[in-house]
Amino acid sequence: MAFPEPKPRAPELPQKRLKTLDCGQGAVRAVRFNVDGNYCLTCGSDKTLKLWNPLRGTLLRTYSGHGYEVLDAAGSFDNSSLCSGGGDKAVVLWDVASGQVVRKFRGHAGKVNTVQFNEEATVILSGSIDSSIRCWDCRSRRPEPVQTLDEARDGISSVKVSDHEVLAGSVDGRVRRYDLRMGQLFSDYVGSPITCTCFSRDGQCTLVSSLDSTLRLLDKDTGELLGEYTGHKNQEYKLDCCLNERDTHVVSCSEDGKVFFWDLVEGALALALPVGPGVVQSLAYHPTEPCLLTAMGGSVQCWREEAYEAEGGTG
Amino acid sequence: MAALDSDSDEDLVSYGTGLEPLEEGERPKKPIPLQDQTVRDEKGRYKRFHGAFSGGFSAGYFNTVGSKEGWTPSSFVSSRKNRADRSVLGPEDFMDEEDLSEFGIAPKAIVTTDDFASKTKDRIREKARQLAAATAPIPGATLLDDFITPAKLSVGFELLRKMGWKEGQGIGPRVKRRPRRQKPDPGVKIYGCALPPGGSEGSEEEDDDYLPENVTFAPKDVTPVDFTPKDNVHGLAYKGLDPHQALFGTSGEHFNLFSGGPEGADLLGDIGVNKGRKLGISGQAFGVGALEEEDDDIYATETLSKYDTILKDEEPGDGLYGWTAPRQYKSQKETEKDLRYVGRILDGFSLASKPLSSKKIYPPPELPRDYRPVHYFRPVVAATSENSHLLQVLSESAGKPVHDHGTHSRHQLNASKRGELLGETPTQGATTSVLEFLSQKDKERLKEMKQATELKAAQLKARSLAQSASSSRPQPSAPDVGHHSWHMVLSAGTAATRASDFKPFAKDPEKQKRYEAFLVNMKRGQRDALEHCLDPSMTEWERGRERDEFARAAMLYASSHSTLSSRFTHAKEEDDSEQVEVPRDQENDVNDKQSAVKMKMFGKLTRDTFEWHPDKLLCKRFNVPDPYPDSTLVGLPRVKRDKYSVFNFLTIPETASSPAAQASSEKVPQRQGSDKSRKPSRWDTSKQEKKEDSISEFLSLARSKVGPPKQESGPPGNKEEEHVTESLPNKVVNKGVDSQTEGEGSRPSMDLFKAIFASSSDEKSSSSEDEQGDSEDDQEGTREADFQNSQETDLVETSPVAQASEPAPQEPVPFFPIQKMQVDAEEFGPRLPPVFCPNARQKPEVPQKEKHKKNKEKRKTKKEHRRKKEKKKKHRKHKHKGKQKSKKSEKSSSSESTDSSDSESEGEGTADLSPQELLRRLKRLPLRRQ
Repeated sequence: MAFPEPKPRAPELPQKRLKTLDCGQGAVRAVRFNVDGNYCLTCGSDKTLKLWNPLRGTLLRTYSGHGYEVLDAAGSFDNSSLCSGGGDKAVVLWDVASGQVVRKFRGHAGKVNTVQFNEEATVILSGSIDSSIRCWDCRSRRPEPVQTLDEARDGISSVKVSDHEVLAGSVDGRVRRYDLRMGQLFSDYVGSPITCTCFSRDGQCTLVSSLDSTLRLLDKDTGELLGEYTGHKNQEYKLDCCLNERDTHVVSCSEDGKVFFWDLVEGALALALPVGPGVVQSLAYHPTEPCLLTAMGGSVQCWREEAYEAEGGTG
Repeated sequence: MAALDSDSDEDLVSYGTGLEPLEEGERPKKPIPLQDQTVRDEKGRYKRFHGAFSGGFSAGYFNTVGSKEGWTPSSFVSSRKNRADRSVLGPEDFMDEEDLSEFGIAPKAIVTTDDFASKTKDRIREKARQLAAATAPIPGATLLDDFITPAKLSVGFELLRKMGWKEGQGIGPRVKRRPRRQKPDPGVKIYGCALPPGGSEGSEEEDDDYLPENVTFAPKDVTPVDFTPKDNVHGLAYKGLDPHQALFGTSGEHFNLFSGGPEGADLLGDIGVNKGRKLGISGQAFGVGALEEEDDDIYATETLSKYDTILKDEEPGDGLYGWTAPRQYKSQKETEKDLRYVGRILDGFSLASKPLSSKKIYPPPELPRDYRPVHYFRPVVAATSENSHLLQVLSESAGKPVHDHGTHSRHQLNASKRGELLGETPTQGATTSVLEFLSQKDKERLKEMKQATELKAAQLKARSLAQSASSSRPQPSAPDVGHHSWHMVLSAGTAATRASDFKPFAKDPEKQKRYEAFLVNMKRGQRDALEHCLDPSMTEWERGRERDEFARAAMLYASSHSTLSSRFTHAKEEDDSEQVEVPRDQENDVNDKQSAVKMKMFGKLTRDTFEWHPDKLLCKRFNVPDPYPDSTLVGLPRVKRDKYSVFNFLTIPETASSPAAQASSEKVPQRQGSDKSRKPSRWDTSKQEKKEDSISEFLSLARSKVGPPKQESGPPGNKEEEHVTESLPNKVVNKGVDSQTEGEGSRPSMDLFKAIFASSSDEKSSSSEDEQGDSEDDQEGTREADFQNSQETDLVETSPVAQASEPAPQEPVPFFPIQKMQVDAEEFGPRLPPVFCPNARQKPEVPQKEKHKKNKEKRKTKKEHRRKKEKKKKHRKHKHKGKQKSKKSEKSSSSESTDSSDSESEGEGTADLSPQELLRRLKRLPLRRQ
């Protein structure tokens, strides 16, 4: 085009606390955005899963049916169903509207740390501390998983799914990427137990956080180290990390009650956002906007950029 | 939009007919109330609605469904007498009067049908009809139609007329230049018939070049495509002798284009005009007569008048007539066009601002060059041994080489193969036949019947055989029949491979041998199999009897085998197999990777790439093509290894396959084979990870000691733990250990090893999650996790054990320098030192050290033991399984191996230690708890 591209505006980091949701479900184990970022899910230690509008702070629905605390949840691409996994070793598929349990997949030998839908919400992938990832078929009524990925030698702490890949971080210090299209398994050794992995939004890199208080950005294809981000504290807990909505910053929870932002390219600490006195257990970044959800204790905080004005006086 | 302007009334669009304005003083009509809206018949009687499908308003007799006389069947009338009266009943005979009235379903009133309604005013159809008529054998046949001209015009005509359209004009904006008048395509010679309407324009303007600027003309009308079907047997585009030309001798160039006036007159006049010129038959079909003076038009002389001599007559789409006109002309024209349109537009309508998007028309697919539009089905012949020849012949006739199974063409696939390609899970069961779909009961009944008939047949045969034997006359036909049935049985059943398992004549080994020989021969398809294998020394009667027996046995086996196989499935894992499946590729040495990570050299050094087979269904769900469409395995490729092999647990270089091992039992070669090809297994790496620990030093020592005796023992012991504990001098412990190890027969879980041998740093990692959970819970004050913790699996529970093992790294390592060195060397070279003789290398302290270690080991195993008891419940299942599995090996090996290891450990000279002593030492150990 004849017109020059509009100059990209400087990325804004969410640092204004917009809302604090008191979830009332014990400790919030995980907070997750839905696919378009309008709603969020909180996984409570009181066996419930709750659906919120984080900007308005309204509770939309409570999903109860787990036998133990809920550790992770994910929403499907069409917002029609949810999946969650918890300490009861079960993976549950929920109907969003009715709040009913659609399927309950049992088979893991230990608590389920992480669950993910695939792109079309036909398969749920769950990672458990029994060191296996199980792929559950949502379409058929088969009670056993389609496939069990049991290459890990220790518990699975994080699973992410792209259209043809499964990225799994394990406590055995390896990040494994199962490429379904190529039929290959890439195993990257990081050494320290991995707490969280994620793809960058462009799908070229993987971000790996491990218990040596380091985040590493690895090239997806070669496994080379592209960046290292330190400064936060992550030595004990399974904390989340992610990239912001435009892949410009790396975001991570920390055990000292802050959320750390690093510049992705330079690796310099951009912001240490103080959240509270405890440990920031979980965080979720909005898919398109500079909006961050953090979970500390029994509450969830919603953060926006400084310039953000609440729309329509919703407050 | 015009409707938006509420001010101007004329912009409003109104639909329908308006109500008539009320007259002065007239009251508005009262609406008829609902109860008065009734239906009455012509006599004013109420009509009742009986239902849409049961007569409507006109049902029945006095509002009933019946009739006055009720329904009477038509009585029989002899058709002989009054054959003539017999009338055929039509539908009208069953109709009511109302149905035949004007608004009924079969009105009898006279109505103008579509054929006569507005035909003649439809100019386009008219023209098409004329075109067709002109080429018809009898020209002017439509003439009569033209006389009948009912004046009924469609709404479209009226609308168009309101917009200023006149008949004979085209539709669209008026154009600047006068279009060439409607004229039939010169390629299609239509003789004498004045097709085009021509309108009222005279022909005097035809050659007039000058046209004033502001005069516009209607566009030319569209000639419809003539869809006259070809209903003759002439060649394409052949026209027979045209009657005009034949009769009146009109030349081809003489078109009567511009005759005005009504068509009928035109047609007749045309003929009349041309009549005078020539009579007689002329035309190309008859050649040129000698008396004909004009022969110039025979060859269809081209004259210039047939050609367009002026450019203007062409009408390109842009209206520029091939010139690059001045710009202003073009733009002016555009606006004019718009204005002109607006002037003529109907009230309430406006010109569309954007043109209608034209429908995209896709061309038909291009056929491949070598496409033959013929398809015929080849007979499909299953490739079996019998008809392979036929197959070959067939395929040769098809011009194709015989494909092997890997490269089946699309047509050679059967349903199951296609399903496999598509990634469907194959239906269970070895064979898919109609029998599979029968219910179990039916199957059994069938089988019973079959067996009964077989039995009967066999009895009959036996009888006949006996008879033949008694008459001492061989009867070759009966056994032949038998042969056929056996062949069928043997080829149909799956008995072929396993028939030898079934020993019907086990009591008589010779007979059994003969039977087996018979089976083998049968399998080879020899017809005289029976004759060959029978004992020649037997009498004829004996032979006949045995023949019969064998045949029955073979049949019985086949049927029983198939019945049984339909009830049982094959075991997925063979319980007693000595091998276990181990992933083929292993993530290799962690040490290198750790150093690479320390140097931040991520990439090749830290990456392992494996072939990994996703499940077919998973690929389907991910919308990804199966990367290995031919493979059936899922996950990482696996290879078989010895299940109870020491080499699964210990890292021993290839040289370690000591002479002692070679001399041992029959399993040795197999083990060696796997040994040489093997890569480090997961057990190795689990150990290697902790190589720096002094524990592992101890391990390597213990290994080197325990190894040789173990190799001597038959099936190698399954756990080093067992051997280590057993080699303890303390026999009191031994008993407990024995009972424990018996329960632990199967391969222990990874976690156990980890728990025993892991260092503290590693342990932290594996148990970190649980700790996390706990501490989080502490934070929250929700005290659930403790309970949960106790419920967790091995992974969690082993962590305290590992904590207990933590003193290990703290031990003064350096007092065992040789071992240390050795281990260091191990890291880079071969994994383990080759078999070294302990006498040569070991220092006096070694036993001491070892003992110490062993104590520790024992303590650990004790702890382990206690742990085990705690979670016995959970592991009961597991243990039971293990027990069964291991029993065999246990039985064979335990006595020998325990003895040998015991004796050896005693031979080493380690002093006997009392439990108290052990305990004391234990307490002295520097303990560091987390």
